[in-house]
Amino acid sequence: MAAIKEVERLDTDEGGMGYLQSLPRKVVTVYLPLLVFVIVLLFPFYWMTITAVKPNVEMTDYVNYNPFWVVHPTLEHIRYLLFETSYPGWLLNTVIISTASTFLSLLAAVLAAYAIERLRFSGARQVGLAVFLAYLVPPSILFIPLSVMVFNLGLYDTPFALILTYPTFLIPFCTWLLMGYFRSIPFELEECALIDGASRWQILTKILLPLSVPGLISAGIFAFTLSWNEFIYALTFIQSSEKKTVPVGVLTELVRSDVYEWGALMAGALIGSLPVVVLYSFFVEHYVSSMTGAVKE
Amino acid sequence: MAVPSVAVQRRPSILSRLAGSRNALGLGFMLPAAALLLVFLTYPLGLGVWLGFTDTRIGRPGIYIGIENYEYLWSDGVFWLSVFNTLLYTVSASILKFVLGLWLALILNEKLPFKSFFRAVVLLPWVVPTVLSAIAFWWIYDSQFSILSWALQQMGLIDHRINFLGDPTNARASVIAANVWRGIPFVAITLLAGLQTIPQSLYEAATLDGASRWQLFRHVTLPLLTPIIAITMTFSVLFTFTDFQLIYVLTRGGPVNATHLMATLSFQRGIAGGQLGEGAAIAVAMIPFLLAAILFSYFGLQRRRWQQGGGD
Repeated sequence: MAAIKEVERLDTDEGGMGYLQSLPRKVVTVYLPLLVFVIVLLFPFYWMTITAVKPNVEMTDYVNYNPFWVVHPTLEHIRYLLFETSYPGWLLNTVIISTASTFLSLLAAVLAAYAIERLRFSGARQVGLAVFLAYLVPPSILFIPLSVMVFNLGLYDTPFALILTYPTFLIPFCTWLLMGYFRSIPFELEECALIDGASRWQILTKILLPLSVPGLISAGIFAFTLSWNEFIYALTFIQSSEKKTVPVGVLTELVRSDVYEWGALMAGALIGSLPVVVLYSFFVEHYVSSMTGAVKE
Repeated sequence: MAVPSVAVQRRPSILSRLAGSRNALGLGFMLPAAALLLVFLTYPLGLGVWLGFTDTRIGRPGIYIGIENYEYLWSDGVFWLSVFNTLLYTVSASILKFVLGLWLALILNEKLPFKSFFRAVVLLPWVVPTVLSAIAFWWIYDSQFSILSWALQQMGLIDHRINFLGDPTNARASVIAANVWRGIPFVAITLLAGLQTIPQSLYEAATLDGASRWQLFRHVTLPLLTPIIAITMTFSVLFTFTDFQLIYVLTRGGPVNATHLMATLSFQRGIAGGQLGEGAAIAVAMIPFLLAAILFSYFGLQRRRWQQGGGD
């Protein structure tokens, strides 16, 4: 990877020889496929939105109404969701659980990444590799033993069951990302501070962390999104309706066996997606860098 | 996993005096992460293997029964069906994600107006909670009011509604399509990051030598992208192989177990059915496949990189 890394992003002359392509050719090879991709990738969101504001009459009447549009938009589904179900509670639970597990993971990851990358204690490389391997352990093979543990520890059906288990996939990811970030900060800064008599803790909090703010934001929002989206642990460890998170609540509580209330379901899916989408739209670059950063190293 | 050479060379001058305390300090700094990971990741991993050898049920601690769970699974048709489904799901979804994702990455690497906007928008399916987008797909795949069926009928392409999730073959194709939809952005954006590190001068040199567009792709882009493809696809295969959410929302393994993956079967038997031991055994049976996928991509594709790095 070193050969590639020497050449940093060549954003300045991206497209490079693109001017050699004629416009008609570019329409067929680039714009048309891009249009199809964008339509296919965004259609479910459009469909989600339009269903969420569609009155029930129009929703199933494809003869008199064009299903792609809504004639009399209504907020009835959203009102029902917010005032007649436990949805606001699920939102609050998800916010609390995601925030807590993100902070817990970031704290642990900053210390671990600093130790592995900068203290370089004996065995640091092996520990670094172990952290990466931990990232590859999927929740699908851990949820059964974890459910036994959660039950024995008395955490079953409490938010702590999730706050303490989400770090199992957040810490490896954040540590790995922050290791890469710390590596990019010049070592000389730390040496100067050491000569001036700064302690390790001072170096970390006064030099390294202020310089790592972009990396911390990347890791933080990515971790927040991952815990917001988590499903299998939340489904397994939480029983009571009012303690559920949004993804689990929408799926298990809003789906009645006889009638599917598609409007409310879609409104639930839409509102449940909004926080991460808003967060994402503010930090697109951080998000992309954290996603690709974990892969590039 | 490159060790920063700068740090290694200069460390002894100042830090050697701190060597004694460095290990102790390192241990202290590692403590929170190590404690959480050992308690909630390493231990459950071991516990899972142990549970696989017991007849534990929900609310009743089990006893050691040797490989009885595995013997039972070996003769269980549903288990083998789930293995087959998982492999089919992983292989076909991964191939589609790779081809379409690479295509999208190449498109986004062209000179485009509103490029950053497109890049941001394209990633949306990956950002949104899988369960919630899967619920949207559930509605899109509805047997009566499917918008896809309606649109295709209006265009005159089909004459009756498609039973997306009720028919085994359709259901398999539908869940794979939904998985590909969600996975394309991840593959495309990571590969795009890789494409942006390829120096333009290489393309210019190859063009001067008379290379065609296909040759540019085959002999410049692809070799330089291989390391990132390897890692991206390893992640993609791992996520697909262990997928749970999408199936759980769309089909719960039905119709007649045609879409049961090992993860959903493990949940159904272990948590819903209460047979924790058997569920754990199914989960453990996933580990060899996961190791094989990791080793394949690590050794198979990494070696190609060394060969290319070593010159020809």
